[in-house]
Amino acid sequence: MNEYSRKMLKVPTYNLLREQDMGKLPVLDVRNLGIDFGGLTAVDSFNITIGPTEISGLIGPNGAGKTTIFNLLTGVYQPTRGSVLINGIDTKGMPTHKVNKLGIARTFQNIRLFSEMTALDNVKVGMHNEIKCSFVSSLLHLPSYHKAEKAANEKAMELLDFMGLADVANVKAGSLPYGVQRRLEIVRALATNPSIILLDEPAAGMNPSETMELMHQIRRIRDTFHIAIFLIEHDMNLVMNVCEAIAVVNYGRIIAKGTPEEIRQNPAVIEAYLGKEDGE
Amino acid sequence: MNKIKQYFKTHSYNIATYGIVIIAYVVMQYLSNADMLSRSVNGYLVPICAYIVLAVSLNLVVGISGELSLGHAGFMGVGAFAGIVTAACLQGVVDSDFGRLMAALLVGGVVAGIAGVIVGVPVLRLRGDYLAIVTLAFGEILKNIIGNLYIGKDETGIRVALSQAELHLGAGGKVILSGALGATGVQKLSTFFAGFLLILFTLFVVLNLINSKEGRAIKAVRDNRIAAESVGINVTAFRMKAFVVSAFLAGMAGALYGLNYSAVSASKFGFNTSIDILVFVVLGGMGNILGSVISATVLYVLPEAMRGLADYRMILYAVVLILVMLFTWSPKVKEIMSVVTAKLGGIFKKKEVGTNE
Repeated sequence: MNEYSRKMLKVPTYNLLREQDMGKLPVLDVRNLGIDFGGLTAVDSFNITIGPTEISGLIGPNGAGKTTIFNLLTGVYQPTRGSVLINGIDTKGMPTHKVNKLGIARTFQNIRLFSEMTALDNVKVGMHNEIKCSFVSSLLHLPSYHKAEKAANEKAMELLDFMGLADVANVKAGSLPYGVQRRLEIVRALATNPSIILLDEPAAGMNPSETMELMHQIRRIRDTFHIAIFLIEHDMNLVMNVCEAIAVVNYGRIIAKGTPEEIRQNPAVIEAYLGKEDGE
Repeated sequence: MNKIKQYFKTHSYNIATYGIVIIAYVVMQYLSNADMLSRSVNGYLVPICAYIVLAVSLNLVVGISGELSLGHAGFMGVGAFAGIVTAACLQGVVDSDFGRLMAALLVGGVVAGIAGVIVGVPVLRLRGDYLAIVTLAFGEILKNIIGNLYIGKDETGIRVALSQAELHLGAGGKVILSGALGATGVQKLSTFFAGFLLILFTLFVVLNLINSKEGRAIKAVRDNRIAAESVGINVTAFRMKAFVVSAFLAGMAGALYGLNYSAVSASKFGFNTSIDILVFVVLGGMGNILGSVISATVLYVLPEAMRGLADYRMILYAVVLILVMLFTWSPKVKEIMSVVTAKLGGIFKKKEVGTNE
């Protein structure tokens, strides 16, 4: 590969690394990432390494730069400094659609489904690069088109079924309930066959029982597809329960990394969330 | 049998579209052969076919790809003149009129498709209102370019110039295009049958495209560009594909249209025609291919049928447009229509399946 491939995961990156990830190439390796908007430094010196089957969380107060970091990782923004390596390949200068092909998929904080299309078609759009069928074959509906379409339909239905959405396959995505739309976004991200998915506030707007369900599903996704999950979430119950490692950002910088227990007790984190105690 | 049933179920919309076009063709052809159509109605048949193809192809850009294009007639014009030149050049080479027409349609489509690529590169950097205005400008540019071309042929080949004097045709040379006057003495090759075939071809291409991964990608870009990029879709490439396929089909329609008249000038392919086509698309429903077919037919025939009303006909045409728009926009009517189409669809499905069992 490159000089990078020598640097496998040896030492636990934060404080915890799953045994099966030891000695493997990290799926996401971010070094010294930073972006300035005009004079404003939105993200600075952001470092993180995520193993191939790790569930990690990114938390921080509102406006800390979490979604900006996701946009940097997926190529929506080009970083001012630093680099993002996905499966060992530098994404520098790549447009979003090429970065996706390296194995990173995401969901959005404000849901971005293809609202005029059915749930099934949304998933099939996610499978776009998986469906092998030439433009001419699509135009003329040659036998290879029918074969590819059939396989795509089956796989899309499997994925929908996996997240319990098989019943709504033929419903327009825009008319689905909010919680279902969030889950559909996850299915669409999974459909791109990623090695890591980024979830931007997956539990936003969900009630406690839906959030519980989501927690199980997040673990099931990791255990079934053997992929890494990196999520932004404000629901501390979900983050503390599902994440194996957590990074906390404030003002665009990492202020703490560690296991949920360590984060819970970290004074810097408590300060960022609750503010400094008076009369110090 | 189950497979056939399933096929008709999932493809009922496409089958209805093809079915209506084929039935309409058979009926009109029968009436025409039986001499039951007046001369003026006979004259409408080919232009209607051309406008249906134009409306369907514009629907691909406006309805499916979601870009408001106001320069569609420019591609039609490019295709028309490319087709006329091709047909004139093949005179004496290819004997069959039909063969020459097909070659002219193909060349018209290809040249318009190339124009689509050239226009698409700068235009597709833009979005929304800006894109609309720039397509409008490019439509006018295309019209003006073809309005200033002089093309002639002699034994040495085809000559292109920007004025009659520069053409330098040899002995026995013939002018095919003469600038603002356009093409005169065009041999009328277009037939209703060819128009019908072109409609079928257009429906085949557009409906197949919509129901493929390319079509899904195009619709995804329309619905949410950022999300489409995030699942690995090259947004620019797919906007371009839709735009070029649309220009190609418009070029073919233009060739069909151009070869239907003995004299064609570039002024026909201006802003007004673009807007007419856009009205067909909007009235038929964005993204609704069958709607485009029907509205292109009705709205083309309507002003012609009202010729008796002389000066008032365009006012009446406008009033009809306003009423239809208000009518179809009202939520109540939408609700009723959805129930009616669902019922009609049910009957249609049953019938189709029945005939196959």
